[in-house]
Amino acid sequence: MAEPVHASPAHDEHHHDQSFWRKYIFSTDHKVIGVQYSVTGLAFLFFGFVLMMVMRWNLAYPGEPIPFIGSLLGENRAPGGIMLPDFYNELGAMHGTIMVFLGVVPLAVGGFGNFVMPLQLGAPDMAFPRINMISYWCLFLGGVTMFASFFLPNGAAGNGWTSYSPLADIALNGQTAWLIGMIFLITSSLLGAVNFITTAIQLRAPGMTWMRLPFFCWAQIVTAFLLLLAFPPLEAAGVLQLMDRVANTSFFIPEGLVVGGEVLERSGGGSPLLWQHLFWFLAHPEVYVLILPAMGIVAEVIANNSRKPLWGYRSMVYSLIFLGFMSFIVWAHHMFITGMGSVMSTFFQTTTMIISIPSVIILSALFISLWGGSIRYNTPMLFALGFLPMFGIGGLTGLPLGLSAADIPLHDTYYVIGHFHYVVAPGTLFALFAGVYYWFPKVTGRKMNEFLGQLHFWPSLVFMNGVFFPMMIQGLNGVSRRLADGGISYDFAGEVAGLNRMMSVSAWCLALAQIPFIINFFMSIRNGEKAGRNPWNSTTVEWLAPSPAPHGNFDQEIVVTRGPYEYSVPGSDKDYVPQAEPAST
Amino acid sequence: MEIPYTVEAHPETGLNNGKIGIWLFLTSEVMLFGALFATFIMLRIGSDGNWAAMQAEAELNIPLATLNTAVLIASSLTMVMAWASLMRGQLGRFKLFGWATVGCGGIFLVIKYFEYTAKFEHHHYPESNTFLAIYFAMTGLHALHVIGGMAWNAYFTGPGSKLFHTNRQWLTDRVEHSGLFWHFVDLVWIFLFPVFYLL
Repeated sequence: MAEPVHASPAHDEHHHDQSFWRKYIFSTDHKVIGVQYSVTGLAFLFFGFVLMMVMRWNLAYPGEPIPFIGSLLGENRAPGGIMLPDFYNELGAMHGTIMVFLGVVPLAVGGFGNFVMPLQLGAPDMAFPRINMISYWCLFLGGVTMFASFFLPNGAAGNGWTSYSPLADIALNGQTAWLIGMIFLITSSLLGAVNFITTAIQLRAPGMTWMRLPFFCWAQIVTAFLLLLAFPPLEAAGVLQLMDRVANTSFFIPEGLVVGGEVLERSGGGSPLLWQHLFWFLAHPEVYVLILPAMGIVAEVIANNSRKPLWGYRSMVYSLIFLGFMSFIVWAHHMFITGMGSVMSTFFQTTTMIISIPSVIILSALFISLWGGSIRYNTPMLFALGFLPMFGIGGLTGLPLGLSAADIPLHDTYYVIGHFHYVVAPGTLFALFAGVYYWFPKVTGRKMNEFLGQLHFWPSLVFMNGVFFPMMIQGLNGVSRRLADGGISYDFAGEVAGLNRMMSVSAWCLALAQIPFIINFFMSIRNGEKAGRNPWNSTTVEWLAPSPAPHGNFDQEIVVTRGPYEYSVPGSDKDYVPQAEPAST
Repeated sequence: MEIPYTVEAHPETGLNNGKIGIWLFLTSEVMLFGALFATFIMLRIGSDGNWAAMQAEAELNIPLATLNTAVLIASSLTMVMAWASLMRGQLGRFKLFGWATVGCGGIFLVIKYFEYTAKFEHHHYPESNTFLAIYFAMTGLHALHVIGGMAWNAYFTGPGSKLFHTNRQWLTDRVEHSGLFWHFVDLVWIFLFPVFYLL
């Protein structure tokens, strides 16, 4: 495809006369859309982090005025700068929602998936470029709705990111805006998922068989299936909760519900448990949506920087697919204390134990891939290596929560918060940072600064653990996750409540540790060291395209002749053989 | 820039991109309506035996719904005829059947409108009880799908049919895909009708 042949003159015009708006704002180029997603995701990650830093003030110093910004928050949120519990709830609910649906998913799936996957497949673009654009703008609208809900008279949604009914049905805050925002976000994910799967099935370059796909592509495909099949039930649930709020129906409201000492005037007959089932039917697969792309990124970076093929590529792929299937039948392990019955609990704790097996296989394979490699400790590799033990801690602390007997005392404590933050914060986020450092040269044509990268990694590793490890200790002492004052008013929390200050200071230091990244990111766009097509000496196909790649991606025909990770092949004159290298005969 | 396999079929899968895309979309739709049917089951089980009473009180109009079922099945037929006409290269017949499909959708919605207003006149609202709530939620969502399918078909029968003169195969494929969606919407009604009116 040296010079793309145009079918009609109309196409020619489209190709050359792109206005600024068509090229950068309403672009149909998967790479521009990927960058749009990534930047949106990073911005929302930062915003969600800011919400948390404000919350952490009240946890560490309950009842004291918030410094600097306390007076800006307004009398209905923080009178005299002292945070009201209602406002704390808003921050908590929106932190979760934003981090999951507007931070990690757009960056991991929308950003990396969009930018990298077509390049790795050797495709010129996504299968449906216009749907791709619409998908991003749906996400944008959802983000705007969520952000704007803070300025509603009664504030943003404050019923937890899980929005449990019946509280969420009758709360006066911005739950309605939350639901409308979610419907936009769900639509965005659905369109994206259809696009990803079709692209992977149809647009692989000649010779790119399924078992030659880079592991990252496999992760994106399984993720897309999870989004495709798990999100619609939440959309249904969202519509029903919206009806409960605006049409006074009683889908999730039981009969005779007493609110504020009075029986609620509703027909009743609904089931609060139904919401939990519908919600977790999405939200458990969603956990895998957060972690699988991260595993994909880590696998790419580890293979590249250990200069070795991935150990057990096939078993990793099969584990991934098995993980995807299983993730649909574990959801009720979030509901052990709802009284759904011990038969249900037995079933779901069994499936939960089973699903840990493929995760362990993948993690073990990644560890073994390091064995005997001549490892390059560059910034992407540091983050990838950081991911392994951090995700390990997150995964293993999840096992007690998957057994109903052990879950009952631990449910809704800080132990749960510690567990899943180890998975998604030093786990997924580290993998995403690895991805940013790793593919930055492909996006901009320049590498990010190595020294600032190290200055970003080491403090982040320390402070991440400073924030999340004490949560485990607090949780084992029984401190509930829902306390705006960090448990100071409860006796049993007395001895561990002091840890809150350490965690809060760690969180703020973690923010400082991100400054090198922000400087590095913007500085390297213009002043970074120039990178050629393949700065990391990598095998996969995306590195055969120019950096930055033009609309249409490749300036040569891609014919794949070998597997994705042919590093250090004996007898080869260099230590990597690109996937599209002609087979030597 | 040309996306490969937009019109011609992929040699290995035997399908073009749109066909795979629409089937994937339909699987997600199955999950959407599946969740709502699951909700229906949960509400019915949890109704302590009041379900039949709520259903009787709602007085759903079985003759009108039967008529609507017939209208939708007829529209599926005209949809297939529209596609078949395109396959034979008959633009006029395609437009005739295309508009007939859109028209059937319109008749369905008008009948649905009379059904809804009759309920409102008797003060039967979604908030009255859980039977009516799930009835309005599911038939309402289905009606939105009918509107979507009508818009889709109207576009290809009207302005979109200009594609006939430049890329007939592409238009035929697009009509086939919108037909798949239309049949799915029909199929949902085939489930809704017995579940709400007859059981």
